[in-house]
Amino acid sequence: MIAAGPVFSPHSPQTEAIEGVFSVVLIIAVVVFAVVASGVTYCSLRFRGRDGAPEPRQRFGSRGLEILWTVVPLLVMTGLFVITVRAMVTIDAPQASGQKPDLTVRGRQWWWDARYPNGAVATGDIHIPVGRRLLVLVESTDVIHDFWAPELERKMDAVPGRPSYIWLEADAPGTYSGACSEFCGADHAWMRFRVIAEPDASYDAWLQHQMEPPPVPTGAAADGARLFRSKKCADCHGIASAVTAANPDRGPDLSHLASRELLGGGIQRNTPANLTIWLTDPQAAKPGNHMPDTPLTTNERTALLAYLESLR
Amino acid sequence: MTEWLGAIDHKRVGILYMLSALLFFLAGGMEAMVMRAQLAAPNLKLVTPGVYNQMFTMHGTTMIFLVAMPVLTGFAVYLIPLMIGANETSLPRLGALSFWLQLFGGFLLYISFATGGAPNAGWFSYAPLSENTFSTGTGLDYWALALLMVTAGSIGSAINLIVTIATERAPGMTMRLVPLFVWMTLVTSVMILFALPALAASLVMLLSDRLLHAHFFDPTQGGAPLLWQHYFWIFGHPEVYIVVLPAFGMISEIIPVFSRKPIFGYPFMATSTVAIAFLSYGVWVHHMFAVALGRNFLAVFAAASMLIGVPTGMKIFGWIGTMWGGSIRFTTSMMFAVAFLLEFTIGGLSGVAFAAVPVDWQMTDTYFVVAHIHYVLFGGTVFALMSAVYYWFPKMSGRMMDESLGRWNFWLVVIGFNAAFFVQHFLGLMGMRRRVYTYPDLPGFAALNLISTLGAGILVFGILLFCSNIGMSLVFGAKAGNDPWNAWTLEWSAASPPAIQNFAEIPQVRSRRPLWDEKHPEAPDWVLAGESDA
Repeated sequence: MIAAGPVFSPHSPQTEAIEGVFSVVLIIAVVVFAVVASGVTYCSLRFRGRDGAPEPRQRFGSRGLEILWTVVPLLVMTGLFVITVRAMVTIDAPQASGQKPDLTVRGRQWWWDARYPNGAVATGDIHIPVGRRLLVLVESTDVIHDFWAPELERKMDAVPGRPSYIWLEADAPGTYSGACSEFCGADHAWMRFRVIAEPDASYDAWLQHQMEPPPVPTGAAADGARLFRSKKCADCHGIASAVTAANPDRGPDLSHLASRELLGGGIQRNTPANLTIWLTDPQAAKPGNHMPDTPLTTNERTALLAYLESLR
Repeated sequence: MTEWLGAIDHKRVGILYMLSALLFFLAGGMEAMVMRAQLAAPNLKLVTPGVYNQMFTMHGTTMIFLVAMPVLTGFAVYLIPLMIGANETSLPRLGALSFWLQLFGGFLLYISFATGGAPNAGWFSYAPLSENTFSTGTGLDYWALALLMVTAGSIGSAINLIVTIATERAPGMTMRLVPLFVWMTLVTSVMILFALPALAASLVMLLSDRLLHAHFFDPTQGGAPLLWQHYFWIFGHPEVYIVVLPAFGMISEIIPVFSRKPIFGYPFMATSTVAIAFLSYGVWVHHMFAVALGRNFLAVFAAASMLIGVPTGMKIFGWIGTMWGGSIRFTTSMMFAVAFLLEFTIGGLSGVAFAAVPVDWQMTDTYFVVAHIHYVLFGGTVFALMSAVYYWFPKMSGRMMDESLGRWNFWLVVIGFNAAFFVQHFLGLMGMRRRVYTYPDLPGFAALNLISTLGAGILVFGILLFCSNIGMSLVFGAKAGNDPWNAWTLEWSAASPPAIQNFAEIPQVRSRRPLWDEKHPEAPDWVLAGESDA
């Protein structure tokens, strides 16, 4: 169970280096605890005294022992320091000068998205090509967040006004979970994301698809598309090649919404029923989130839902 | 009643500190139980995320500022004059004022619940989350104002203790002869003097931002969010030692008496405390390792953070050295002291993990940290405090605490504490983040969280038993006499409880164990220490 935990199942050279340091720390900790625990246990069993027993020999210290238990830990810590710095160099390897990021991830209260050089935006699910090392710019536009996918990369704080960089790569195709790891307000718990690593061919196809416009809405969905603007959804939510949001940092991009598995930073599965809750009562869908209540008639809600479900 | 409200006697002020800490300990404990109940199973909805965030903010703030600091100050204010053969602290009115600032600061913090919501940005209140834009309502204003009052109180009592230790020692009692609790209190008080002004300054800046529309921490107006973090942690890390060093002092008094031997390596014990104090001002950035601050910068703080483990380890070995070859009496007090050695060692070792920067990059802000801080502050400070209460209660009340209730108290606390917190190491390794009001049903999360919640429940029973033991022993406890433990420091020569004037005549001190010298005129300390291989 614990061995299956992300810290001990690294899937990148960066997290493998972290696991290496952690293993050294764990060995040191187990050995030191064993020494202390056996000392305490031995004393407790061997030197137990009864009331009325004579006072034991009064020993005030031992300069030799005291120097020993100062110097030995000092040497152990020196070794650990060397290992630490070497791993830091591996994990935060230098960038080429003037190198442009391959990917920008941005945290907001309370969702993550990734922006690709071709203009594609991916909300919640961040796709990467497997086996390639990407330079990722981590940023925030409101409070401090932290970008963390424990199997793939170190934690990196997203501090507003302070661009930060990490290396992101995965050594095997798969879906890796991640989450914001700096407390950022009401919905910090549901600010999860996934990194989906896939072979070049399917990654390229995905990236291409991300930029394609949604199908032209028909029937109820066409009404929904009009309502999307008139009910001010478009103030915050953008849709690739169809809607440009006025304030894209206030609400997640909804391009290809219908093809997503999860909603609301991972709080629920993407089903029509769950999407309806977002339209009727956003606070019931995700307590504390910033989406305003928008009064809708039943017909309007059905139309909007049809439109959102058409965004494949 | 009025004699307590107007008290300036150090013993009364000390007891007021301890009682107020106990009150807030129960409040902070209830907040913890709300959190553990909400986390007992995945996707529970017992409380809203808003309420949960208030709970962990108030729990952290309460336990640090309204429990740990005041209870340790209370012990220091009560014991220091008795230990150094004085009848009063040097600045008794400042001492009393400090207590009332502390208490009303606590009330001010709790009034926030009634005014539209308690603070909810964490005990660390990172900017810009703590700014008006993101934290509307008045909770954070109450938080900052309350902590300013508490800070003023802490600084006042620290000054009082420093002056008392510097000027009121019994004749002959040089700084080389004071009990280690006095040494550690002195060092702690100096640390308060240098660390808490950083907090006060940052609170004033935060209040300026929130109430006067200044821009210290607002990045959209050219302010710097990281400035808050630097200020907060240059206070915050010494703070950890401020609430741990006095506990070290208590353990350094208790283990020798119940092992019937002097403390092993007194000069190393005292010197390592001073080393910890200096180093503690050079480690604050290990709370910020996940910020992109540059490799060399981080490496310096990593080195300091590893270094501070060395003097801490020296103390652990010194205590074991004290027990070695002794004639150990396992009273409840000693059992808590021995358990402290093991629990605190676990907390110290998981701390070393966070000094190794790459491990911190993976483990920070997970339940691994929650486990770590609780092994340091509960396994360390609270276990030492339990030991200290069983040890000094007879002096303060004139009555012994019940030993068989004490055994139950001990085992419930040990089992409950470890069940609640040891599993949190694993939760952290499995990727559970801290400060989340709920979590998805990932493999293992439900089972380990349930164990943790059940452990916390057992711990509550242990604490309640502790409180009832205090209450019942006050009334029914056996008479203690002046010196129930056959101890060696000066407080045990005063009456139990001591009279308003602690000592009828101030004794002449020639060694670290004046009562040993009195009881063993044939082999006083200054003769034994000369013969020993120290």
